[in-house]
Amino acid sequence: MNPLQLFTWLADWLVYGGLGLAPASRLGLALHFFVEDVSKILVLLLVMIYVIAWLRAGLDVERVRDALARRHRLLGYGLASLFGAITPFCSCSSIPLFLGFTYARIPVGVTMAFLITSPLINEVAVVLLWGLIGWQLTLTYVVVGLLAGMLGGLLMDGLKAERWLQPLVQEVLAAPVAETQAREAIQLGWRERHGFAKQETLSIFLRVWPWVLLGVALGAGLHGYLPEDFFHRHLGGGQWWSVPAAVALGSGLYANATGVIPVMESLLAKGLPLGTTLALCMSTVAVSIPEFVMLKQVMQWRLLAWLLAYILVAFTLVGWLLNAVG
Amino acid sequence: MKQFKVYGSGCSNCVKTAELIAQAAAEQGEEIALEKVTDMKSIALAGVMKTPGVGLDGRIIHFGSVPAPELVRSWFA
Repeated sequence: MNPLQLFTWLADWLVYGGLGLAPASRLGLALHFFVEDVSKILVLLLVMIYVIAWLRAGLDVERVRDALARRHRLLGYGLASLFGAITPFCSCSSIPLFLGFTYARIPVGVTMAFLITSPLINEVAVVLLWGLIGWQLTLTYVVVGLLAGMLGGLLMDGLKAERWLQPLVQEVLAAPVAETQAREAIQLGWRERHGFAKQETLSIFLRVWPWVLLGVALGAGLHGYLPEDFFHRHLGGGQWWSVPAAVALGSGLYANATGVIPVMESLLAKGLPLGTTLALCMSTVAVSIPEFVMLKQVMQWRLLAWLLAYILVAFTLVGWLLNAVG
Repeated sequence: MKQFKVYGSGCSNCVKTAELIAQAAAEQGEEIALEKVTDMKSIALAGVMKTPGVGLDGRIIHFGSVPAPELVRSWFA
């Protein structure tokens, strides 16, 4: 038996039994979706974030920087994407991170690979995808996210992106190494790991739960009120223009992976082709206007434009590819 | 006198961190120097890659989150 079935029973019992709503009614469908997903996601998050935080305790941006600084460039893109996926990192630290990496003489493209993958893949996204949509799609999503980062990094170095950085970056590079201050190494035992994992779980959980409610509410609305074959009828043929349209729409929207994935579940269930859905959701997560405005402090418009164009083109291609094979 | 520096671009977490330090100093009746470093270049050169960061007498002692009140108190022990 699939243990996730438990949450379906819970929703059956509460919505159809307790509230007495008919399983075929729109409100019944929407509420059932909401109860099942919210309970499932919140429980999964609590358990999985703890486990993952326990495993990755001690991994921090400093260690990532040190690991990347000594690698060959080509290996660097792959590692940077991977680290971007597994390192806890908030976009509010993009600028110090960018400067810190650059100061360690890590190529701009390698840093960009980290910054592109970072918002796309994180433990919350993976837990949600796996719990709501299944492991096959989780795997697709993760592979696409990693590739997007690696190729983006390659492209940026190919373009010699360091030409288009702000003067601030040059000033940092020119500063003597002695100004960097040392910090103490932290020893990790069982107790420290537990403490770290507990703190991580609480802080991530408190940060994402409103997004979960919002995302699931949207998904539930679509699930209950959109006709069953709505997308299948209109876009089921995987019309070529639907993918760039989805990417354009997605980059205008701004949400994190937590809010987007429950909506993704609903769109897929209503027959929106996989490539189009993924293109919409990934561009929503990867492109955020506030983030771009922040990056303006270290990158010139030209570089930001390239970055944006790259992301749009990459997700459009991925969408087309997945629609063609799916 | 202890020289504290709070590194951060002025986000709410950085403000909260500075408040916690000032508050703990007041509780202990200790006079401190508290400086907010908001300039990106200085933050990067201090080696802080996740804000807010806290420096004490030229060393980074905490970064990446608002420090827990017990931790802040331990800096005055």
